Amino acid sequence: MFQKEVLFCFFSQAPAYHLILEGILILWIIRLLFSKTYKLHETYKLTEKEKEDLIEEWQPEALVPPVSKDYPTLNYDVVTGPPSHKITINGKDCINFASFNFLGLLDNERVKQKALASLKKYGVGTCGPRGFYGTFDVHLELESRLSKFMKTEEAIIYSYGFATIASAIPAYSKRGDIIFVDEAACFAIQKGLQASRSLIKYFKHNDMEDLERLLKEQELEDLKNPRKARVTRKFIVVEGLYINTADICPLPELVKLKYKYKVRIFLEESMSFGVLGDHGRGVTEHFGVNIDDIDLISANMENALASIGGFCCGRSFVIDHQRLSGQGYCFSASLPPMLAAAAIEALNIMEEDPEETHRLTFKLYFGFVFLYSVHNKLSFGICLKLVGVPVAPALHLELERSSGSRESDMKQLRSVVDYCMERHVALTLARYLEKEERFLPPPSIRVVVTVEQTEEDIQKAVACIREAASALLIS
Amino acid sequence: MAARVLFSQCCFSELLPVWLGLVTHPVHTHTRSSPGHKLKGNQNVPHNSSLYKKPFVESFEETPLWVAVLTYMGYGILTIFGYLRDFLRHWNIEKCHVARERDEQKDFVPLYQDFENFYTRNLYMRIRDNWNRPICSVPGAKVDLVERVTRDYNWTFEHTGKVVKDIINMGSYNYLGFAENTGACADAALEVTKMYGAGVGSTRCEMGNLDIHEEMEQLVARFLGVESAMAFGMGFATNSMNIPALMGKGCLILSDELNHTSLVLGARLSGSTIRVFKHNNMQSLEKLLRDAIVHGQPRTHRPWKKILIVVEGIYSMEGSIVRLPEVIALKKRYKAYLYLDEAHSIGALGPNGRGVVDYFGLDSKDVDIMMGTFTKSFGAAGGYIGGKKELIDYLRRHSHSAMYATSMSPPVAQQIITSMKIIMGEDGTTLGADRLRQLSQNTTYFRRSLHEMGFIIYGNEDSPVVPLMLYMPAKIGAFGREMLKRNIGTVVVGFPATPIIESRARFCVSAAHTREMLDTVSLLKYHQRHKEKGTSELF
Repeated sequence: MFQKEVLFCFFSQAPAYHLILEGILILWIIRLLFSKTYKLHETYKLTEKEKEDLIEEWQPEALVPPVSKDYPTLNYDVVTGPPSHKITINGKDCINFASFNFLGLLDNERVKQKALASLKKYGVGTCGPRGFYGTFDVHLELESRLSKFMKTEEAIIYSYGFATIASAIPAYSKRGDIIFVDEAACFAIQKGLQASRSLIKYFKHNDMEDLERLLKEQELEDLKNPRKARVTRKFIVVEGLYINTADICPLPELVKLKYKYKVRIFLEESMSFGVLGDHGRGVTEHFGVNIDDIDLISANMENALASIGGFCCGRSFVIDHQRLSGQGYCFSASLPPMLAAAAIEALNIMEEDPEETHRLTFKLYFGFVFLYSVHNKLSFGICLKLVGVPVAPALHLELERSSGSRESDMKQLRSVVDYCMERHVALTLARYLEKEERFLPPPSIRVVVTVEQTEEDIQKAVACIREAASALLIS
Repeated sequence: MAARVLFSQCCFSELLPVWLGLVTHPVHTHTRSSPGHKLKGNQNVPHNSSLYKKPFVESFEETPLWVAVLTYMGYGILTIFGYLRDFLRHWNIEKCHVARERDEQKDFVPLYQDFENFYTRNLYMRIRDNWNRPICSVPGAKVDLVERVTRDYNWTFEHTGKVVKDIINMGSYNYLGFAENTGACADAALEVTKMYGAGVGSTRCEMGNLDIHEEMEQLVARFLGVESAMAFGMGFATNSMNIPALMGKGCLILSDELNHTSLVLGARLSGSTIRVFKHNNMQSLEKLLRDAIVHGQPRTHRPWKKILIVVEGIYSMEGSIVRLPEVIALKKRYKAYLYLDEAHSIGALGPNGRGVVDYFGLDSKDVDIMMGTFTKSFGAAGGYIGGKKELIDYLRRHSHSAMYATSMSPPVAQQIITSMKIIMGEDGTTLGADRLRQLSQNTTYFRRSLHEMGFIIYGNEDSPVVPLMLYMPAKIGAFGREMLKRNIGTVVVGFPATPIIESRARFCVSAAHTREMLDTVSLLKYHQRHKEKGTSELF
């Protein structure tokens, strides 16, 4: 009541123009509130007819571009029968220098028997992801065996080797984090990096000074913005044995850099698991580095363990996170139990007979020496050079001098491979997706030395390559 | 000490949302055709009913308001208790089971943000025993579970060594019952293992292309009715590695709201622009198509190079089937390409088991890229892509999987060959046709019986994936545990796989289930539902 009187007085005492002006302002505000806002790109409006015309006129590209008929990978080589030491490829019986069967376990009877027993118990498929009745006791057993073997706290299994590292990296590293990667990292790592949306910095292959330079630069950046630096995670991703260049990463220096600059290390050990180290535990055993210093070790079981799938191992603190955020683990069916059983048996064989890895190492040295002799023949005609270190099982033979065009290089190397296949030595070209790789390696022939090959086999293969090179690669 | 016991048991926080749920279980009380029945988005009558040869009936009942409110309250209470327990753990009043960083690395940037794991630590951990249940037999209609107990509220599990036998398995994707260890499939796989071994050791384009792979791919192409097909070792990887090979910058991908993670990852890795349309909503899709073609790429207005529509056959969390006739009509009108992911629908839908194309009676040549997996209906593992010969030839050269990933294991390939031949009837028996018929009958029967009992079921009438709505967070745990006590294994799903208030239990009907098994499952729930005062199914 009191307030109404005050208001009435207020209005009656104000001058008329004041009230009119205020009234106009209020009406203007109301009009502005209800008027349509202008969107910048809609300053024009298309009529329906114009839209129909645009829709009619638009022509998409073909779904796939036409591919030329003589593209190198048009026709795959067909293998009839088991892809083991003696392989029948395109109808010819050859000795296998191309499959990653490092410990020769692909046609091991014990492994096959265990796989058969598992098949009789569980059938083939798992019909579900790990979360929904797709976890078998075999999976749990394999995980605990792997973690015991590698002397870590926990291991996690994936059903596909490629998906292992490609799911592990994005589970930890998100947008805003920084990853330092070696230039020669394999394609699976590159896809993992792409999926993580983090900032990627490449350092020159095995060049610790370049890496240190990048880390120092990052440290200076961090000093400028300490709040952001406190939440930015930093990782180094390297491979134990690089598949593209067949050499080993300098792990002790990396561990020193880790503690100096506070970055975590992810190690990809697909090629070195089962090959390096006294018991086959990989590059950490080879260098004598404490395995707890490496945050995550990832490997696939398709090389030395002669099965399918992959695993990651490390401390529980790190690995357990992937059980809910590893995409290839949560959203995909689990590994068929017979393949897990085959991997367990292969692991048993590895553990029982550490001499096996010693034998492999010896073979590798032997193979390397012989192959190196191919390279050492400085007489003209031989223009292949050997790329790799003695302990690497999968070495590359590159052209000494490139002709300038990758296609013609590939054709030349393919002719060498065909020549060798005629003479019962199975080799293969190292294949890459040319447009997708970040740092495309030069064309090469991949030669794989395994435990199954005898010394005569290796000598025969080397002689064959030498003949082929001198016959076909006269520069 | 007493306070510690009280808090560590935390019975109050666990039961309060349960009590809320007791009083109020949402019941679907009216039939589908009544006018008061509110439906979300998708209506019963399709937009262009002339395109459909038989009635397309889907229902997604809207959440009743009071249920939504109570569900939010339930989550709110759990969150408060979560903060309380974090506080107690921080001050060491409660024992902390969470794994810790190494002492040498304590001054590193923390690997996880505390907040990221809040949900995992405080909500997921409490009902963790409903997932990752280990089994030790064939994942068929009945399965044997490894018994496990937890003494510290799901932080760690111990196996007692005992096996719980003959649990009715309503969780495995075993639509046609090919998960078996006896029979033609298993025998053929045994033979192949003896001959080829288990592993391969090389990629498809190097030394891993076996004759058995070529045979399998030709069979798959014949099964689907396409010119050519290619198979890969993992279904997830089929999507995430081949979409980037087909699409690139300057292309547009129109993806359904509820697409699977593998499709989303593949679309992201391709570098194309992604636009999302509402689930199974053709008006939304048409609007996006028109806007895309008329306005072109954002900012530059250049025309798009290609437009790809990505849909799934059956959506595994909703049980809905894609409106394929309408999608194909739209695709033809606007010259887009269609990528159909038939992970759950291949083998499970259609009179001949050829998937969603067969179900609607359409031509498989209209779908540009037919993708599917072998894990569900064929009892194997892996995925495939089928289409025109140029497409498959291109993929053979440019797919990431063919170049860098190991090829499929031989016994798995043989399992696919044998099971596919059985479904097609080429093995000389009628086993395939019998199983398809059995699956379709089981689906209809199960859905009808659940519906008659008054549960809210999502999805299409013909879809073998049956989601049953639970809504409340405490019911997720309670339902899973109670069903297990009665020897039925179910799958329960909550956030983040589903929207936060729409938690559900999901049943996967299989051709291997008998009528008795389905009756056991549905009647048990019926008895639970109508016991005592006709309140919830928890006791």
